[in-house]
Amino acid sequence: MADVSYETVDTDVLVIGAGGAGMRGAIAAASAGARVLVVCKSLLGKAHTVMAEGGMAAALGNVASLDNWEAHFADTMKGGKLINSWRMAQIHAQEAPERVVELERWGAVFDRTRDGWIHQRPFGAHTYPRLAHIGDRTGLELIRSLQDKLVHTDGVEVHMEVTVTRLLTSEGRAAGALAYRRADGKLVVYTAPAVLLATGGAGRIYRVTSNSWECTGDGPALGYEIGAELQDCEMVQFHPTGMVWPPGVRGILVTEGVRGEGGLLRNKDGERFMERYDPDRMELSSRDVVARAINAEVIAGRGTPHGGAYLDITHKNPDYIRRKLPSMYEQFLKLAKVDITREPMEVAPTIHYFMGGVRVQAETGATNVPGLFAAGEVASGLHGANRLGGNSLSDLLVFGKRAGQAAAGCAADGPMPEVEPAQIDQAIETLLSPLSRPHGESPYKLQGELQDACTTYAPIIRDEAGLKTGLDIVLELMQRAELCGTGGPTGRAFNPGWHTAQDLRSMLVSAEALFRSALERKESRGAHARSDYPKLDPRFAQVNLVVARSEGGMSVRAVENEAIPYDLTEIISQSFQRYTPEEMS
Amino acid sequence: MINNVDVRVFRGDASGGEMVTYQVPIREGMVVLDAVLWIQANVAPDLAVRWNCKAAKCGSCSAEIDGFPRLMCKSPVADYGTELTVRPMRTFPVIRDLVTDVSWNYEVNKRIPGFTPSEADMSDPEAWCMQQEDVDRVIEFRKCIECFLCQDVCHVLSNHDRKDAFYGPRFMIRIAGLEMHPKDSLDRRSLVEGEAGIGMCNVTKCCTEVCPEHIKITDNGIIPLKERMDDVYFDPIRWAARKLRGR
Repeated sequence: MADVSYETVDTDVLVIGAGGAGMRGAIAAASAGARVLVVCKSLLGKAHTVMAEGGMAAALGNVASLDNWEAHFADTMKGGKLINSWRMAQIHAQEAPERVVELERWGAVFDRTRDGWIHQRPFGAHTYPRLAHIGDRTGLELIRSLQDKLVHTDGVEVHMEVTVTRLLTSEGRAAGALAYRRADGKLVVYTAPAVLLATGGAGRIYRVTSNSWECTGDGPALGYEIGAELQDCEMVQFHPTGMVWPPGVRGILVTEGVRGEGGLLRNKDGERFMERYDPDRMELSSRDVVARAINAEVIAGRGTPHGGAYLDITHKNPDYIRRKLPSMYEQFLKLAKVDITREPMEVAPTIHYFMGGVRVQAETGATNVPGLFAAGEVASGLHGANRLGGNSLSDLLVFGKRAGQAAAGCAADGPMPEVEPAQIDQAIETLLSPLSRPHGESPYKLQGELQDACTTYAPIIRDEAGLKTGLDIVLELMQRAELCGTGGPTGRAFNPGWHTAQDLRSMLVSAEALFRSALERKESRGAHARSDYPKLDPRFAQVNLVVARSEGGMSVRAVENEAIPYDLTEIISQSFQRYTPEEMS
Repeated sequence: MINNVDVRVFRGDASGGEMVTYQVPIREGMVVLDAVLWIQANVAPDLAVRWNCKAAKCGSCSAEIDGFPRLMCKSPVADYGTELTVRPMRTFPVIRDLVTDVSWNYEVNKRIPGFTPSEADMSDPEAWCMQQEDVDRVIEFRKCIECFLCQDVCHVLSNHDRKDAFYGPRFMIRIAGLEMHPKDSLDRRSLVEGEAGIGMCNVTKCCTEVCPEHIKITDNGIIPLKERMDDVYFDPIRWAARKLRGR
């Protein structure tokens, strides 16, 4: 008989995830007077935010004095092909500078301009140099600054290496979560009147990804299971430049900062091919455009020996490269035996970011489930159909803070919820079930098959037949996952086979939402490109695809997005001089 | 051409364990972490290991490879020939297999007073004008990815198990990063000399050798901190002043 006992812990605000959004949310909630408990799957400070390299976008105007929030707003909307939440884009552009400056007051160190202010580097599809950065390890700086602030914030407790497997509800409200401690497999029931999802993306559903093992889409799955709506799940960003060779490193991110610092993309013939795809912005076009361009070059037979493009920064001074791109220099030297000050890098698109996720209110990060909030990559809306580089780090700070505050307010208004024991028992049964199937299928095998399905059938350029096949595979995998085991050993102390079985359940929800939404969006927009519907379709221009749990399973419906107010429309149209040639075609 | 590598991995927990050999097929460019994850996915699904980014940016996959503290994600299998051993870090208690209990480090971090600018600077945006040269020194320390390999290799913590007397190189660097930040206003010297135990460090520089971020922990962090201590505690004029005031 399995040990189904559990420890109970109550708190005002339960934050799930300790990347940038989770930590910023926790600090905000505690500052508003709430008792806060942060749970995270890894050790503190290891969250995927740490991998962000290039910088955080904020219209500080330190390098280009013409920059302002209106320009940042317009760039974000334009990059997102106008299906962004305009209100989120507005709030983000207006508040990002405050958040960056605040981070500096908390001890973050940024590279400086010659005048002594926070330096800003150019990045793809940002009109002005806008990314506050420190070399190419801005994510680490953000994580460490928040981490040091967090551990000295009264009222915050952190439970590291704890995985949440189910959200609990009480009278239709979010009321806490069931979790297990990875180290010993013991169960914990958290009770809280407010829950903030800050779990990041789901990049691990693909084979070639820049994402860490943690990015398994836990937040969308946890929310979906208790009725939260998801949105824009078809919008998955391929970062144009991941490492290609050797195979062991395939997918590891090569920062857009390389192009920001002047790196050039060439095909095997030495041609700067971006000329044909976006002659104005060239290498600094938006990520969707650059990723498709590299893809097209490879398909046309002009790719590098290992199926990518060359990214060349050798025309810059070696000392400058080592100072501005230190971790890229180190990464290529150590892992690929390439000295980037002397040789070009070989790069190809890699899965990087999920624009879609839990549908939230712009001001508060509140979901449609009372008491449940979301911020950061797990939430949707800000980035629309394509995220601009640098907008995610500022997203974490701006909306992490807002959601944390709102969650604290929600907790202050409500009593401590009571969760029915039957609900907890059922969640525990699901959590422990793989341990009772020593001969069940290996979760690693199922995860591998899922990654192959997404990689093959939801690639950069999609089509109906492929998407249908992919969906069928995912549905079949879901049935098999119901009966999967741990791969063999059934101990509960740090058993990665068991952990993987839990991750798999989350990943499958994100994958199903991706395929179903991608089938419905019969056009090409931003990151979602279809060979059978290669153009922008005005009928989809005002529409977000919303995924929800319904009686017959997962449903997808088109929801008209809120009309952009006239003054903001003006801001966008002024900056909207023209589409790129690719968009015109 | 080598097609396989024998990877000997520690399997066990706090109560003990053994080295188990797994034969792993080599892929070009494979790192030790790839080999360990291959074993996990194909042979030993419960093989416990920590990792995250697989790109030497998060500092999760620390272990001792052929006895040397390293990040597994940054150690090409090809560097080791036909066999290699992987053990958990020795300085921290084993939880399971390659996973150790590093929570002590997080406790130490909490005891270090955080970044504290002066009230005046907090209310004056102009005060935050800093030249690149002002921040460059701190930037080196802030590269730390908290892999704790320096803690693992430190004699004081490892051989002598004096976690009660010394915070270890990681936190000397943390303190140095705060103390040398142009806008920090706190004085942590009594902490450094006292509870943090900088006197325990006998400057063998092993920590610098294993740092994957190439931070010159001893030369640029610990020694300057020691020199500042000397200024306070061994300055002859201050010594005389203390004597005269009877302290």
